[in-house]
Amino acid sequence: MAEAVKTSDAPQEVLLHVEGLKKYFPIRRGVFQRHVGDVKAVDDVSFDVYRGETLGLVGESGCGKTTTGRTIIRIYEPTAGHVIFKDQDLAALRANEMREMRRSMQMIFQDPYASLNPRMSVLKIVGEPLEVFHLANKEERRERVAHLLQLVGLNPDFMVRYPHEFSGGQRQRIGLARSLALNPDLIICDEPISALDVSIQAQVVNLLEDLQQELGLTYIFIAHDLSMVRHISDRVAVMYLGKIVELTDRDTLYAKPLHPYTQALLSAIPVPDPVIEETRQRILLEGDLPSPANPPKGCNFSTRCPQVQDICEQEEPPFIEVEPGHLCACHFVKPAT
Amino acid sequence: MTAQEMPMPTLAPRTRRPPNWLEAWLGHDVYRTVKGLVTNPMSVAGMILLGLFIFIAAAAPMLAPPLPNADPYNIPRDGYGDVPKSPGTEWKSRQPPLPFWWKAVTGKDQWVHLMGTASGQWDIYYGVIWGTRTALFAGLTITLCGVLIGVTIGTLSAFYGGWVDMVFMRITDLFMAFPFLLTAMTLSAVLTPRLGKGLLAPMIALIVFSWTGFARLLRSDILSLREREYVLAARVIGVKDTRIMFRHILPNAIFPTLVLASMRIGSYAITFAGLSFMGIGAEVGFADWGQLLSFARDWMTQLREYWYIVMYPGVTLVLFVLSWNLVGDALRDVLDPRMQGSR
Ligand SMILES: Nc1ncnc2c1ncn2[C@@H]1O[C@H](COP(=O)(O)OP(=O)(O)O)[C@@H](O)[C@H]1O
Ligand SMILES: [Mg+2]
Repeated sequence: MAEAVKTSDAPQEVLLHVEGLKKYFPIRRGVFQRHVGDVKAVDDVSFDVYRGETLGLVGESGCGKTTTGRTIIRIYEPTAGHVIFKDQDLAALRANEMREMRRSMQMIFQDPYASLNPRMSVLKIVGEPLEVFHLANKEERRERVAHLLQLVGLNPDFMVRYPHEFSGGQRQRIGLARSLALNPDLIICDEPISALDVSIQAQVVNLLEDLQQELGLTYIFIAHDLSMVRHISDRVAVMYLGKIVELTDRDTLYAKPLHPYTQALLSAIPVPDPVIEETRQRILLEGDLPSPANPPKGCNFSTRCPQVQDICEQEEPPFIEVEPGHLCACHFVKPAT
Repeated sequence: MTAQEMPMPTLAPRTRRPPNWLEAWLGHDVYRTVKGLVTNPMSVAGMILLGLFIFIAAAAPMLAPPLPNADPYNIPRDGYGDVPKSPGTEWKSRQPPLPFWWKAVTGKDQWVHLMGTASGQWDIYYGVIWGTRTALFAGLTITLCGVLIGVTIGTLSAFYGGWVDMVFMRITDLFMAFPFLLTAMTLSAVLTPRLGKGLLAPMIALIVFSWTGFARLLRSDILSLREREYVLAARVIGVKDTRIMFRHILPNAIFPTLVLASMRIGSYAITFAGLSFMGIGAEVGFADWGQLLSFARDWMTQLREYWYIVMYPGVTLVLFVLSWNLVGDALRDVLDPRMQGSR
């Protein structure tokens, strides 16, 4: 398998800069809908995405990956923070300005069965972005849709068909074609393969990679386990309970994980080599993900961390650059000075 | 991995079945709905019954020709006597014209009271036949108006949210807080002296309290659809809110409301008949099933003898309600989201 080697020391253009992003969902109770608390789905997240790369965003289900993606693209209104994209703070844009920005930033969704309108033909679905931005007349739209379908490996003749006639993988391709219609720079892929058969997953990942090469796309690729993003990511961010706990390039992360949570996640991936698999040490995490409505004091991971100390339950560890390009939030991981 | 290494095969759709012309013409959803309806024995029974009622309504002038220059919705009466006459009794006075098929079927020149007469000598057969039109008209009109109001309020409420939603939903709660039949009766009784006795007062009374269920149902369906991924996807590709509502949400949210509406038609018809029965509906002598039943009031203790004054309009009313409910039930099954896997 030939993997493109990307040099990390070449100057890279920051396409998306996320800073201090928070998304709290208010919890309301009672007749008067009194505000009694918040689900801190995303709690102070910062990272950069470089042009042309794939940033993997990994974490257990419920840790806030989807919310992060949706808040960046303003499906959800951010509670706090900045999302700088093409010199604009998306978090501060008005709705109609944001609408314009959507042409450069797109999203594909996790559930291929819910992400296509069952009452619209493929032509209508994939052509809708062109229609609402008045980018093409009917004839041109047909041509463009045919081209897009070809691009994602679907027969253009099927544009007259309806979503129910397609399999999950094919639907995901249709969703991809829709998101490509406006020629975006960045695509947020929210677990695009998690709902697919294992045999189909690789095909879709390969398609995403080919399109990235061909069209110069940048991806944020969300997944719930590290094995899924290993192949496609250039860098990986590991999320836990609304926060990023570790962020570095892929090879470093898999070779030398620093955060105990990352180590636990990595240890859970089966190794294809039976000999190593036999002796592999697994770090089992105890307990469940705490509720984001009531996160633990101090470090969010302190309730499950095998290396927990007193300080972890008192103070929240800062998210710091431990080595160049390697960030981590743990009291016991210090920059090498 | 590059494109050269792994050429992307052009994939065929999962189902190879060519879209049949009917499906292409009707569109997939309508086709599936229709197919579901015609393959379900219950709904077929319902639709046959319903077809029968529609036929009766359409063919009323042929089945029961009215007196010349008389309002066909006024039930013709054969004298003024109190005591009901049994089915098959001959017309004595003011006989309406014979229907063309009567002679062919029976070979007689004499028109009879096919279903007997009620007290006051109102002809039950005429009441049942022309009353079918009244029932269809009242049931459909009340439901249609209720759906229109409900859909408007439900959509506005879900679309604007915030205080608009708050106000609309509190109004809806208010209307729902009263017992439907009781308030409709009261309103009809209040309106009747102002609007005159007739269909208008009871229909308005029912419409005023009929929309709440539709509004609530549609609102909650819209709210849940709004979080569906294809709606989010539409927002992400820059579709504007009104278009999202009309293109992506309403067409997918409206079906449960329509199913509810189809099931309500029968019950509004029966409630309407109930108002007539109580004398706060159609005027005396108007072809209406509830009206007919009310003629039986004085003879309730002697139904062994005068069974026909209750039986004919009563059974007709029950069948009418049943036919709508069968169709509505089947519609619900076909459109049930849990059945969507069978698409
Ligand atoms: N619309 C919402 N309203 C309230 N809470 C939400 C909403 N969406 C997500 N959450 C909560 O936020 C947390 C993170 O959810 P999500 O971003 O979907 O996680 P992930 O995608 O990592 O599985 C969960 O606890 C979830 O229950
Ligand atoms: Mg998710």
